[in-house]
Amino acid sequence: MKFIAKGNKWYYGWLALLSVLIISGILSYMRQIDEGLILTHMRDQVSWGFYISNFTFLVGVAAAAVLLVIPAYLYNFKPIKEIVLLGEMLAIAAIIMCLLFVVSDMGRPELGWHILPILGTMNFPSSLLAWDVIVLNGYLVINCIAVFYVLYKLSLGKEYKMSVLWPIIILSIPWAISIHTVTAFLYNGLSSRPFWNASILAPRFIASALCSGPALMLILFQIVRKVSKMEISNAAIFKIAELIAYAMGINLFLFGAEFFKEFYSGSVHLAPMEYLYFGLHGHNNLVPWMWTAFIFNLTAFFIFLRPKTRENFLTLNIACVLIITGVYIEKGMGLIIPGFIPGVLGEIYEYGPSAIEKGVALGIWAIGALFFTLFLKFALPIYTGKLRFNSPDSSSERGEHKGAE
Amino acid sequence: MPNKSNKDNCARTINRRSFLKGTALGLGSLAVPFGTSDASTWEAFFQKHFKEMNESELQSVITRLEEEYAREYDMNFNIKATGPIPGVKFGYGLDVSRCIGCRRCVYACVQENNQSREPQIHWISVLEFEKGEKWVNIFEEATKYYNPHAVPEEGHFYMPIQCQQCENPPCVKVCPTKATWQERDGITVVDYNWCIGCRYCMAACPYGARHFNWAKPRIKKKEINTEVHYLGNRPRYKGVVEKCTFCIQRTRENPGRYPACVEICPVGARKFGNLLDPESEIRYCIEHKRVFRLKEDLNTSPKFYYFFAT
Repeated sequence: MKFIAKGNKWYYGWLALLSVLIISGILSYMRQIDEGLILTHMRDQVSWGFYISNFTFLVGVAAAAVLLVIPAYLYNFKPIKEIVLLGEMLAIAAIIMCLLFVVSDMGRPELGWHILPILGTMNFPSSLLAWDVIVLNGYLVINCIAVFYVLYKLSLGKEYKMSVLWPIIILSIPWAISIHTVTAFLYNGLSSRPFWNASILAPRFIASALCSGPALMLILFQIVRKVSKMEISNAAIFKIAELIAYAMGINLFLFGAEFFKEFYSGSVHLAPMEYLYFGLHGHNNLVPWMWTAFIFNLTAFFIFLRPKTRENFLTLNIACVLIITGVYIEKGMGLIIPGFIPGVLGEIYEYGPSAIEKGVALGIWAIGALFFTLFLKFALPIYTGKLRFNSPDSSSERGEHKGAE
Repeated sequence: MPNKSNKDNCARTINRRSFLKGTALGLGSLAVPFGTSDASTWEAFFQKHFKEMNESELQSVITRLEEEYAREYDMNFNIKATGPIPGVKFGYGLDVSRCIGCRRCVYACVQENNQSREPQIHWISVLEFEKGEKWVNIFEEATKYYNPHAVPEEGHFYMPIQCQQCENPPCVKVCPTKATWQERDGITVVDYNWCIGCRYCMAACPYGARHFNWAKPRIKKKEINTEVHYLGNRPRYKGVVEKCTFCIQRTRENPGRYPACVEICPVGARKFGNLLDPESEIRYCIEHKRVFRLKEDLNTSPKFYYFFAT
């Protein structure tokens, strides 16, 4: 598509950067396929690592992007339609990344079809992973339908019908909550891992996702309104910032509750928490990260809470970055690794991602970013009415979108 | 990001076909391309779940696997798929007061069950505890990597841990593809051709009994055991999970043999038998000794009993 291929030097530079990262990711993945997951730093003691951490964080992003629809609707924001569409496109990109991370973590990805119903032997409803496959793919389909419908109608110069769109949106909201809840239950249901086997896990998942997802959206809104004609009012941005403050308040409170329970009762199940925040028997790889996450989250909370700082774009953006980083640490490595440290036989194996894991992960992030960039590039002009399709037989504008790279 | 300096402000036009084409192209690029052609590769790819195969399908799979192994290891394998013996439920006993921590069981198991030597996989972990330390449920004070001049070490005791063959196995519950299940004789097995390597079972197992083939398993030719069971000690693949099967290739035969770990134990600390037979040695131990099972609070109900002889 010619329209996607056109852009200024920043656009080309961005695409080139993503392409390099994607190619290096693919090369890393090919080595991993060839030699096995031995190239990662995961071992029997810590059997899930960086891939599953990224997966968990991104499920939160996917869920929260659509959950933004609720405040947008409740407060009757003017640019609600734009917010919905952007949220759904972000959700699609995030889910694609989620699926890629899970596939990268599999020992035999070529046998992935075994997990499908009918074709394979899906262990439903017993396995929460089977539930996750259903809700994640369902969520992907719902969002694809919504986005495709809107763009298709608009591209023909017709107004889309809210009567068609609303049921989809209404379905996607509880579905967004479900993907995050099911993902939390995936860990939560394992009695062998005391750190995960706490009822506070799912609520904390939702609370922290409602911080990182909207924070990411706030940054994207600002970029979008700078580079396109789409109007997103300051009022909408500040309102979302305020909502992030409440979500982070709840997240910090739940964290405090967890912290108190573990440290005051001081049972043997304290060990993973101790490992995270103070180190265990001299092993303390994650300690600086966890305190960084805590300080970032706390700082961002106060920035978002004070009207003066959240309505200043400099401090607002700083807080967004702080909160995304904070939640990425907390809901990524900070959640997955302590499930395995100490291990079920008391072993402490310190884990950190290998070069291959980092390469693959960066590649997947780049794929997600590329998808989202192309979605935007294609959708925004349609949205603002700049791009329209005419009769089916004029072929003058046909082009390959490979030209962009 | 779109170029803001458009010379014409009028709406750009593309036709509908190219919109659909572009969308299809985008979706199509998500599909993973496949490029293999070998017939046996395809047969392996579409092989059915062990429990869904009928007699003749299973036989043809076994023949194909024997050919594959012959090609790969240059040796003739005998793959059995002997089913559970009616009226049998296997149980295991381990006398903690006798174990001297020599780890002979660990290596006998590796030898018998064709575990990878490089990287090493052990189905049995022997933990060493200092007398007076926390143990049984909390292994934090234990060490698996003890390396003294001679065992047993003064002031220490040992506890070997392997698959506890739970009656209520958390690993089976979580497997997304039903690639692992409990057989009628109580043994939890894995179909290595059905496992997708997601490792959810490893996260779920409270005993660290499940092991993953992080790399292609490597065994010296002269150390390979060619008497194998489909659900047990046949050579595994890179990227699948494996575990103790109470030596299914020995214990289900008639005449049966004890698991390799029971056979090798120099102090007779290991007991094995049929839980459903009131006359069995394992039943005697359970009824007459002070027995305990690991992590009882998790309700996994292991069929692996630790006891004290003295």
